This record gives sequence, C-alpha cells and structure tokens, in this order.
Amino acid sequence: MSAISITGQTGPPESAPEATAGERAQPRRARWYRQPALMAGLVIIGLILMAVIAAPLLTSYNPDAQNLNATLSGISAQHWLGTDQLGRDTFSRLLYGGRTDLQIAFIAVLFPFCLGTILGSIAGYFGGWVDIIIMRLVDIVVAFPFFVLVIALVFVLGPGERSIYIAITLIGWVSYARIIRGEILVAKRQEYVLAAQSGGLSNVRIMGRHLLPNVISQAIIYAMSDIVQDILAIVTLSYLGLGIQPPAPDWGTMISDGQNFLTTHWQLTTIPGLAVVVTGLGLSLIGDGLADLLRPGQS
Amino acid sequence: MGRMTFVIRRLLLLVPTAVGVTIIAFFMIHLIPGNPAQTILGIHATPRGITILDRQWGLNRPLASQYWLFMDRLVHGNLGQSLFYGVPVGGLITSHLPPTLWLICYAAVIAIVISVPLAMIAASRKDGIRDHIVRAVPLLGLGMPAFWLALILQTTLAVKFQLFPVSGYGTGIGGHLHSMFLPALVVAIALCPVVIRSLRASMLNVLGADYITTARAKGVPGLRLFVRHVLRNAVIPAVTVLGINIGFLIGGTLIVEAVFAIPGLGNLMINSIFDRDFPVVQGVALVFGIMVVLVNLLTDVAYATLDPRVRFDR
Repeated sequence: MSAISITGQTGPPESAPEATAGERAQPRRARWYRQPALMAGLVIIGLILMAVIAAPLLTSYNPDAQNLNATLSGISAQHWLGTDQLGRDTFSRLLYGGRTDLQIAFIAVLFPFCLGTILGSIAGYFGGWVDIIIMRLVDIVVAFPFFVLVIALVFVLGPGERSIYIAITLIGWVSYARIIRGEILVAKRQEYVLAAQSGGLSNVRIMGRHLLPNVISQAIIYAMSDIVQDILAIVTLSYLGLGIQPPAPDWGTMISDGQNFLTTHWQLTTIPGLAVVVTGLGLSLIGDGLADLLRPGQS
Repeated sequence: MGRMTFVIRRLLLLVPTAVGVTIIAFFMIHLIPGNPAQTILGIHATPRGITILDRQWGLNRPLASQYWLFMDRLVHGNLGQSLFYGVPVGGLITSHLPPTLWLICYAAVIAIVISVPLAMIAASRKDGIRDHIVRAVPLLGLGMPAFWLALILQTTLAVKFQLFPVSGYGTGIGGHLHSMFLPALVVAIALCPVVIRSLRASMLNVLGADYITTARAKGVPGLRLFVRHVLRNAVIPAVTVLGINIGFLIGGTLIVEAVFAIPGLGNLMINSIFDRDFPVVQGVALVFGIMVVLVNLLTDVAYATLDPRVRFDR
C-alpha cells in the first residue's frame, strides 16, 4: 500500500558478518557463538537474570522493610548501595525491583506478539477486505506517539499492572502485524505454499505449520527491541506514579523517590537508571546479533 | 501515477486515519472503569456535579450520538472544558503548543548534527573497529529512560556547574536556544540510534553507486567525496526517517518537558494526569495524534517532491 519504498520499517538489517567460504559451509547452528553482539547481550542479560532470580541469596534485607533509624545512609559494608529516605536497603530494592520490572516486561511482550502475529498472518494471507481493515487499524494506532497513548490509556484504565498489560497489548500488536504481514505477502507466493494449497490443506494449517515457522524470526528480532520499549514504558509509568504501586520495589519508583536527594545521595537515582540502561543494552545487543544470525546474506 | 494523483491519493488515505484517531480519543473517556463522571469527579462527586458532567459530555445518550456530539464540537474547535483550570481545553492547547514545537525542531536539529558525522565515520570504514563502536554505543541511548537522563543532566550541568538554566523555556530566540539545550539534547539522544542506523545504511547504499566509483577514479579526495557526493544523497532519507519517527520524537518530549518545567503540551498532559483532568489529557492525545498524521503526510509529499527518483508505484 505504501507508495514510497522508504516509508516501510526503519532500520534495515545491519550488515552480516563477513563469512569465509569454510564458515558458510557449516550449518548455521554452529555459528551462533561467533556473534560478538549476541554473546555480549546474552552474557549481560544472563547475569542480570541470575542476580534478579537469586535476589534472596544475594541480600538478606527485605526490600520493603523500613528502618527509620538508618535513613539515607551512605554506601557501607552493611548497605552496599546505602539506604533510601525510609531506611530501605537500596541494593535489595534494586534486585527485587528488577524482578518486578523484568517479569512484567517479559510477560507484557507476549500478548502483543501473539495478537500481532495472528492478525498480521490473517491480513497477509487472505488479503482483500480483511487486510484493508486490519491495516487501517494499524495506521490509526501508529498515529499516536507510543508514550502518549500508553500513558493516556493506563491513566484512564487506572494505575497498576493490569492496565500496563492492557495498554501495551492494545498498542504493541501493530508492529508485529506489520512485520508478519509483509513477510507473509512474500512467503505465500513460494512454491511450498502453493504445493500445500493444491494438496488441499486447510488455510489454518498452512498458516500455522508452513508459513509461520518461516516468517516468525523477524517478529522475534523485533520482540527484543520491543521488550526494551516495554521496560522503558513500565519504568516511565512507575516514575509518574501510574505503574507499579508502592511499596512494591521497582526501578521507576526508585528513580522518582531518589530525585529529591540527587545532589546529596546520587546513587539513589543513578543506580536504578543504570540498571535500566544496561538491561536495554543487553536486549538490544541480542536483537542485533539475532538479526545478523537469522538474516545473513542481506547487508 | 503522476505526482498530483499521488498527493491526492495520500490525502484521501488520511481521512480514515484521522477519523480513527478521533474515535480512539473519544473512547478514552469510556475506558474509565465504572461511571466515568463519578470516577472523574472522585471524592468531590455530588449528584449535581455528575448530572452536569453527564449532560456536558452527553454521557446519558447512545454511543453513536455521543461521538456525533464530540465531532460536532471538535470541528467547531471546542475540545471541552478543563476540569482543573475551568477554561476551554482548546485555548490551553494553543498556548502550550509553541514550546513543544520549539523543542521538537531543536531536538531534530541536534539529532542530525550528532548523527551525520557518526554515520559518516561508520560508513567510511564498514565493519571496522570504528563502525562497530558507532553501531554499539547508540544502543545505550535506546534503552535509556529519558526522564532519568534529564534528571542527571539537570543536576550536573545545570545545578552543579550552572552552565544552563535549571528549568523553563527562556525568552527570545537566544533564551529558548539556551534554556532548551539540555531538554532537546535528551530527546535527541533517544532519537540518534534510529537516525544513525538508517543514515549509515543509506550512505553505504550511496557509496556503492557508480557515480561514487567515477568520482573516486577521478581522484576526488575522501572528505570532499563524502560531503559533496555521499552526504547530499544520504540526507534526504535521514530527514524522512525523522518525519517517520515524529511520534517517537513527540513521545520523548512528554516527560522531558515535565522534568525541565517547559510549559509545553507534554508538561500540560503530565500535570493534567496528576490533576485527573480527563478532558485535557484527551485533547492533548488527540492533538498529538493529528500532528503525527500531518507530519507523516508532509514527509511523504516532501520526499516525493524533493527526490526526482521516487517512483509512484502502488
């Protein structure tokens, strides 16, 4: 539909690494560990996930336990990152906050992924009116800036986790639908699809068993940058008081709580923000690495 | 397909999208759990207040007729009444629009100024060390919460070193440029990864073209080649990328405006959320949606007009 070729997806795939003839002959599976970006991303995310999951082993402090005799204490052997204005241990809140944020982000990305993939497959495979209606809907949702719509939706739905899931699903599906539709449009003209069609297989079976496995990799690559965006959305909403509700620990609330003490206790705001940045970096690296791995040939 | 036909076609496609945007903005009020009027008024809800609000928004009518009322008011420039300020939402939006437009343009310029040299460095040595660094570092910006970076820059550069005003919008063009440098920088940093990525790709594309080989064979020196031949042809796609990502740009200004207390639309929206001022939130979201639709249209048309090579295929 788009009249100008450039109006499509931004960011064409990054260049594939130069592979020698010998490497190319090997099966693709053997090469994943040679992707520096992918490896670095996996190590970063692996370490963060381990730290977050092993939180009870790494710290003995309850993230919500207040100690009003030790408020805003500096970095010490007892409190590795000091305490906040209510005397809660910052290191403990950092770990448990990561638990909250990452858990919600990883769950939140699944709904739009599934919804967008289904609607995109339908639009691309059947075409015609269904396609027009679904893609018009995509255009409308895309018209709103992501953060404007997320914040407005969570605001009207009422703060909290449930609203975050609803808002992210309602907005996030459009990108997956666009990607999958584009891929299906190309793939459905391939011979194996024609063969399956003439073999009398049902449309659902062709889409699910034959087309989807061939087009899903693009959606998985996009999902990596989508999780980054979702984490940012969750943290931003929490910063505004619309997301995770206190006293539950979360990085956004920590930044917001610490901002009044930024000149005297920099770590309260800086450290949770850095946690978000490093997590985002890890996920972006995985996404880039996957892109190189799953679509070689293009550069 | 001719150029005129393309523009007209594009304008016609705009209509359903614009109508859709108004429908979404309209439905926002209906997503409020329970009785919207009751929820909006909160603890101040009196039966009389609820009746007034119900009548003002036509909440007691059927949905289709409510939407009709909403559209009828909208085309007359009436976006409703702010619950907190007690003035028309339309006037609030017009008075908060200039700082936001300033910030958006300023951030776009900074993003271009940062991205072009970096993309040139990356593209000139494809797959070299510099290329890898230029590709990896902006990834930091992708996952960076804008409000966090804004807080850090505000505390260090504005409060501690007093290089920039801590907040506000400044007066006069010089004042605007000075006061809004940090906010614009924060928005630009979030935008850079996207711009660098596509600029680098389009530069690599241009570098592979025959006329570059010709220029090289003629002995045009490296920098001159880049500025005169590559940059010229790579900048149009970059501007287009900015146009396409206008939504992203606007989303970035939202919270940055709140942190730096710039009296723009984003700040208005965030404050209205704290004041539970639903009509203002609805109005600002609508204006942002329409803004994106218009900028996307302008981008497409400008691109088609500027670049004679664009094909008008279906």
